[in-house]
Amino acid sequence: MPTPSAANLFNEPGCAVNQAKGDKQRKVGCGARTLTPGAAAGGCAFDGAKIALQPIADAAHLVHGPIACEGNSWDSRHALSSGPQLFRTGLTTDLSELDIIHGGEKKLYRAIKQIVERFRPPAVFVYVTCVPALIGDDVEAVCTAAAERFATPVIPVVAPGFVGSKSLGNKLAGRVLLERVIGTREPDVPTPCDINLIGEYNVAGELWQVKPLLDRLGIRILASITGDGRYHDVACAHRARVSMVVCSQAMVALARGLQERYDIPFFEGSFYGIGNTGAALRQLARFLTAAGAPADLEARTEALIKAEEARATRALAPYQRALKDKRVLLYTGGVKSWSVISALHELGMTVVGTSVRKSTDDDQARIRELIGEEAMLFGQVPAKEMDRRLRAGEADILMSGGRTQFVALKARVPWLDINQEREDAYAGYGGIVNLARRLHGALTNPVWAEVRRPAPWAATEAPLEAAP
Amino acid sequence: MNGALLATKACAVKPLKVSPALGGALAFLGLDRALPLLHGSQGCTAFAVVLAVRHFREAIPLQTTAMSEINTILGGADNLEQAIENIFKRAAPAVIGICSTALTETRDDDIVGDLKLMRERHPDWDDLAVVYARTPDFLGSLEQGWGAAVEATIRALVPPGSGRKRLRQVNLLTGSHLTPGDVEAIAETITAFGLTPIILPDISGSLDGHVADAHVPTTLGGTTIDAIRRMGHSVLTLAVGDHMRGAAALLEDRCGVPFRVFDRLTGLAAFDGFVAELIAVSGAKAPEHLQRQRSRLVDAMLDSHGTLGNRTLALAGEGDMLVAMGRFVTELGARVAVAVAPCATPALAHVPAERIIVGDLDDLEQAIAAAGTDSIELIVANSHAAEIAHFFDIPLMRAGFPIFDRLGAGHQVTVGYEGSRTLLFALANTFIARGHAPAATAASGATLPPFMGETDHAPASSC
Repeated sequence: MPTPSAANLFNEPGCAVNQAKGDKQRKVGCGARTLTPGAAAGGCAFDGAKIALQPIADAAHLVHGPIACEGNSWDSRHALSSGPQLFRTGLTTDLSELDIIHGGEKKLYRAIKQIVERFRPPAVFVYVTCVPALIGDDVEAVCTAAAERFATPVIPVVAPGFVGSKSLGNKLAGRVLLERVIGTREPDVPTPCDINLIGEYNVAGELWQVKPLLDRLGIRILASITGDGRYHDVACAHRARVSMVVCSQAMVALARGLQERYDIPFFEGSFYGIGNTGAALRQLARFLTAAGAPADLEARTEALIKAEEARATRALAPYQRALKDKRVLLYTGGVKSWSVISALHELGMTVVGTSVRKSTDDDQARIRELIGEEAMLFGQVPAKEMDRRLRAGEADILMSGGRTQFVALKARVPWLDINQEREDAYAGYGGIVNLARRLHGALTNPVWAEVRRPAPWAATEAPLEAAP
Repeated sequence: MNGALLATKACAVKPLKVSPALGGALAFLGLDRALPLLHGSQGCTAFAVVLAVRHFREAIPLQTTAMSEINTILGGADNLEQAIENIFKRAAPAVIGICSTALTETRDDDIVGDLKLMRERHPDWDDLAVVYARTPDFLGSLEQGWGAAVEATIRALVPPGSGRKRLRQVNLLTGSHLTPGDVEAIAETITAFGLTPIILPDISGSLDGHVADAHVPTTLGGTTIDAIRRMGHSVLTLAVGDHMRGAAALLEDRCGVPFRVFDRLTGLAAFDGFVAELIAVSGAKAPEHLQRQRSRLVDAMLDSHGTLGNRTLALAGEGDMLVAMGRFVTELGARVAVAVAPCATPALAHVPAERIIVGDLDDLEQAIAAAGTDSIELIVANSHAAEIAHFFDIPLMRAGFPIFDRLGAGHQVTVGYEGSRTLLFALANTFIARGHAPAATAASGATLPPFMGETDHAPASSC
């Protein structure tokens, strides 16, 4: 059961999943759903909070806890920065046994001092992990004292792993931004074309596939929350004219908070696929025009979409034949399933099944409509079952995260990374071409025929068995 | 402790240390049909899995007791029992290797007592081996967790008592610094003397990157429980790595099996010692092919000593890796200007470095900057050091854990006459590829901000 303050996080008018629930179900919470010991997979709340905040590239991200939390995980995500690299530097208080016995507060204070004096960051995010939460370190107080003493914002992120799942951590991080960061700075020059992008983490540089499009329309990303983000910009997010939530239910609460507090409208959209990208650009233009952007913005947007769509279609042509009607099995958290499915359809591919672990009923209906009655919608699939399906030839390719990759590869079935460790960026018009190139490369690689060849001894054994 | 400097800062920057619970889990992965289980929050397992997957490029079976805030306060026995039951039903492993974490160790449940009660409640678990290793994240690094898991395995599964010895059976205790390729090479050498090794843990069977016929939710390959139960009958235990000393001594105490600890098997003298021991225990002559391999290593040393002599290296990694690498390169005339270890261990006394620091990769960076980047010609460390090497424009030879930006980490062989020769050529070729041009000046003009508060911070504990 979540604590009372956390319970508030589970009433989210802006979230479709939440609204679809009954009262009782809502009280149970979402990120805090009970996990099954011995059959759970996935990150903790700390993981989720760090994923959401760490892309703020010029800030220092200090993990207060024993070595496991940062030592096992630092610099493992492909969120990219166009400038500062401090966010990638692993920083941890590395609590020892004695620190835990005596309490970690003093060490934390000294660690903040060390970081501020050495790196001079615009802000320090301090992540509370399970052990300091358990022993009762007053991290809030330490951060307040340190912020005052060192004249630098020091922001506690209280999302220890044991309070819930990764998605709860995302939410807690969103609340930290809303409560403690956004609204603390003012932009030098506000413009009527300022937007917030929320939930785009610039994994593999996807933000940079979208930004040039916006640049050409004169739309400025005032705050990128948080891909390739800067602390100052995020702190100015309250001056944007519209927020776009990019495939992230967990961050809807932040967008809604911005709407309530600062009257910034928001919408949910995606940059995966030609159609989705166009729709997102149109929405942005419409909201901005309503909020005072130049009247010709919508017309320019249409012109840009038309030109880019034509260009993308030309670039996709060489791949189309090989991709046509190929069967994809999609295994992701499910949040972005619908947007990826429509992108795959644009490539002429068939989605034979998709996970809907975190999708809403609406989303599921939407997916069902997209992929047809025959395709499977499933929740968590045990690796064994996935292995069986792939070996039975139910799909030509698996698209999933890194952890499932070996299920496909060991079954000698093509695989493409769609999660955070992916090397290639799939957003915007350039992204769909990348996606087509990658899929084409994976599906047409001659290696599949090679690795499926029977071993020479299998070839000689078989006739022997056949002749009794 | 051999004049090693303990870093005295409150904040670890670019950690070199990983969690002992991860080390323990990796050791358990060397058991056949095993499923390691971290007793902690689900994040403890998720991070460990991701890192291990990136290193080995294999599916890593590893489960969690999924401790929540409230379970932690009330005690974790229920979660542990449910986890074992669920794993038992779904994956049917031969052994579950439990590693504690900082979370459960701070709460400090009586897991051993709890496990006893659980077994009474679950007679159906009778054929399931359950091993519990204490691997709190606040004490030690990879090596300590690995050592604790091996010791726990022996304590749980090797029956005490000396029993009848089998004259051709030896135990091989493999340290965390050995790759699946290393373990296989050592085993082959032992077998060549007509001896049968029981290898604990045997990651060469489970993490060697093979393609199985069907998916299994546990490890496939590794030391079998049966083999572990027979370890007391061996005539000798060969332990590789100082962090395997405790496990070797435990086997001697329990079963009267004498042991020899080899701090490394990389390099001519080191492997000669190992082979001499095999000759003594087997009474056999060294096989022809081994003699030939030795001769080839000697020849390689003659060919490469000119290239390696007087070179200066900087090393970072777990203690026993530093011993193997440091001693090998100094035997060829190179110098180790600085060696950084995540923890103070007895092995550091045998690292032939001019400066030994217990700290993190930032300490390595500062030490290189202090030594002058022109003076360091090669860094040997894990993949996290790539940025540092790039910044200074010094080549990096990847070694240790994790290696995630190169393929084949599990197949690098640096032990034995052949493995030593491969390593030697790799080292020499790195220097040859760089030619004699002075190190690029990109970094010499760059200044690093000084690390603040050398005197300002209370010493961090050694681990």
